[in-house]
Amino acid sequence: MSKKQEYQGQKPAWCPGCGNFGLLNALQQTLADLAIEPHRYTIVSGIGQAAKLPHYIRCNAFNGLHGRALPAATGIALANPDMLVMVSTGDGDCYGEGGNHFLHAIRRNVNVKLFVHDNQVYGLTKGQASPTTMEGMKTKTQPFGALSSQMNPLALAIALDCSFVARGFVGDMEFLQHLMTEAIRHSGFALLDIFQPCVSFNKINTYQWYQERVYRLDETYNPEDRVKAFEKSLEWGDTIPTGIIYQHGRPHFREKIPLQSKEPLVSQTFDQKKSLSLMDEFY
Amino acid sequence: MDFTIKVAGEAGQGLQTTGAALARIFSRLRYHVFTHQDYMSRIRGGHNFYQIRISDRPVTAPRQSVHILVALDKESVDRHFKEPLQKGLVLYDPELVNEPLRGDNYLPTPFALIAEEVGGKKIMANSVAVGAVLGLFNFSPEAAENVVRESLEDKSEEIIKANLQVLAAGHRHARENCKMLDQFRTKPAREEKLLLINGTHAIAFGAVTAGCRFYSAYPMTPSTGIMVYLAGKSAEHNIIVEQAEDEISAINMILGASYAGVRAMTATSGGGYALMTEGLSLAGMTETPVVICEMQRPGPATGLPTRTEQGDLNFVLYGGHGEFPRVVLTPGTPEQAFWATNRAFDLAEKYQIPVFVQGDQYLADCEWTGPAFDLSRLHYTDYRLRGTALAGLTGYRRYSFTENGISPLAVPGDSKHLVVVDSDEHDEDGHIIEDAETRKRMVEKRLHRKLESLRREIAPPDLYGEANPEILLIGFGSTYGVMKETVDSLRETYAIAMLHFSEVCPFPGLDRFDYRKVLEEARSTLCVELNATGQFARLLRAETGFSCSSGVNRYDGRPFTTDALLDEVLRLFGGA
Repeated sequence: MSKKQEYQGQKPAWCPGCGNFGLLNALQQTLADLAIEPHRYTIVSGIGQAAKLPHYIRCNAFNGLHGRALPAATGIALANPDMLVMVSTGDGDCYGEGGNHFLHAIRRNVNVKLFVHDNQVYGLTKGQASPTTMEGMKTKTQPFGALSSQMNPLALAIALDCSFVARGFVGDMEFLQHLMTEAIRHSGFALLDIFQPCVSFNKINTYQWYQERVYRLDETYNPEDRVKAFEKSLEWGDTIPTGIIYQHGRPHFREKIPLQSKEPLVSQTFDQKKSLSLMDEFY
Repeated sequence: MDFTIKVAGEAGQGLQTTGAALARIFSRLRYHVFTHQDYMSRIRGGHNFYQIRISDRPVTAPRQSVHILVALDKESVDRHFKEPLQKGLVLYDPELVNEPLRGDNYLPTPFALIAEEVGGKKIMANSVAVGAVLGLFNFSPEAAENVVRESLEDKSEEIIKANLQVLAAGHRHARENCKMLDQFRTKPAREEKLLLINGTHAIAFGAVTAGCRFYSAYPMTPSTGIMVYLAGKSAEHNIIVEQAEDEISAINMILGASYAGVRAMTATSGGGYALMTEGLSLAGMTETPVVICEMQRPGPATGLPTRTEQGDLNFVLYGGHGEFPRVVLTPGTPEQAFWATNRAFDLAEKYQIPVFVQGDQYLADCEWTGPAFDLSRLHYTDYRLRGTALAGLTGYRRYSFTENGISPLAVPGDSKHLVVVDSDEHDEDGHIIEDAETRKRMVEKRLHRKLESLRREIAPPDLYGEANPEILLIGFGSTYGVMKETVDSLRETYAIAMLHFSEVCPFPGLDRFDYRKVLEEARSTLCVELNATGQFARLLRAETGFSCSSGVNRYDGRPFTTDALLDEVLRLFGGA
């Protein structure tokens, strides 16, 4: 166990009361509890409020482009499998701009932990609808209410046989830390969708709204049954489940790439001499 | 000795196999070979050809005129009927025409029938064609054995033997029935072993020898061959090759891998590069080394997917939002492409910038022969800060201000130092800032200071031919070979030379070679480009103030042939 203070980065520039504070605290506490030193992990992010998180925690950071965190994280995880690679992203960044990468990162089962700050609205650009905005919610750019149906990232991930699918809520810090720990311990791609209310722009899905609905899945729930998990992922209304919805352990992407050397790419010494013999094939 | 053989037919008929086998056999016999291909964007049918030039001297471009046409379908007979010289010969399958074509320059060769009679299978018709062409030149059928064995390595000995017998039968058929064998006399071959390599393989082989460890791309003609080659070598040479879901992902994956500490590359064509421009700009801002190979095809949009053009020069020079340094290399030959790739990896890592190797379909697919590459010239320096050297530092800042603008590039995880990069403007530690002063200093660091030394790295253009030319052909990239042959053909008549640019960004200065003087002293300056707007002529004018007196632009998706460029030069300067 390390001290949480050792994980403190710059002072966050989020709005007072933002759900991201809880999320940041949970992540710092989880890493401290697991005693993973800051240089042992890389946090990759795109653009949005969630994407600023790597600046607020001590870490190796790749704060790239809007929607593009997962491909960059994939490159890092493949080049250096000894590095714990986490992505800090939002519902707009990951499910909107980066939707295609989301699908294919799941399919690859790359060893990346995806923490989605899901506040069901765009924060950085001031309150437009995101893919997880509930149908009908009015915004300045959706004056007639969001016309598209709400995306269900968990159901989508289960449909793609994502190896770890979970949902957390910043209003239940203890459980959130547990889920972060499980995601980090899971070998393979882990999706943790985290409800974190946007106090500035989402007047529907507030702390209270979530508090009244979310509940923890208990030990009687079996996350390995894919069909049941799919059913569970559809539960959205008076009750909304949090916990590990689906888990399907299997070799992750890097483990399936049969390179001659077992060393991480980044630690291998380049054997230029060996490569020269390839010229013989052109005679 | 300078013969051109054209193998033409529908896609799926094996003309690629036939052409490639002939080219390989000739080069193993130590003749110089130049091949180019013309194919349609379809897997079956259509009209395609594979053209092979064979000579006892180096050949670097295609010829218009054909000496031997191997017509695998009726359309090829009709379409190329007028192409062969009067001395030319057409090999065709008599089963494909209603009545035999008369004249000594038609050699009916029942490819399928011979294959079936001798080998038991029509599918061996290609071996009949290979044998017949070897027969015309009186090369022994045994010369083909190794090549046939290699191309059929996954087949049984029985099938290999049958193919060799079929090939020998094709050979006999040509020797016994062709009435113009004396037209195909060969000169003795060279003594040295010759490589036969195309631009695609030269770049991919160049990447392996430059220490590329990670490659991600999305399939797009004419760049896909690079991924095919690297995927084939990946396990043995410890390279991760991943086909991305799109080009946006491809470039961001290589940025991630490069950030993590390995050399990384992608390749694409214009449309894919369009998707990559956002990531290109990220490479510029985060100062992450990457190599991007852009193999052009005619646009706009999908354009002509399997043809050639030099229409993306401006796009590669200026693509990506914001201002950041980049290098653009435009090799003219497979060998130059090999060295350019080595240089691209080196410059990318040394300066922490994106470096382009720009080619086109013509460079990608053309095969050239030449002596072995002098691999002792390969450059490999690991510029990254790793292990104990990194751990020993008391402090580390990813973007620390330095004299030359290059900050130490540390490998994350190798020490307790944290490596922070950001697409936002950032401070020396990599964290987001918005203040004017830091912004200004960062621009000066990553752009101005780096450019100062980067400019000195760039090679001057290559002047070939007359040292003080009256006529000067100017170009960049894949037109090298055809311009060179044009110069060779006209040197006895004119004081002519070629000025070829294989590195165009930053544009070469005049300190190492005052090429501006050559430009100004020439009476006629002709910019040869495979595009409609003269992008290179304009670049030359912007960078040097020099305007070429005229331009030869081809934009029908086809490469220049030596004959066509020669005619054009003669038309313009006939009275010079």
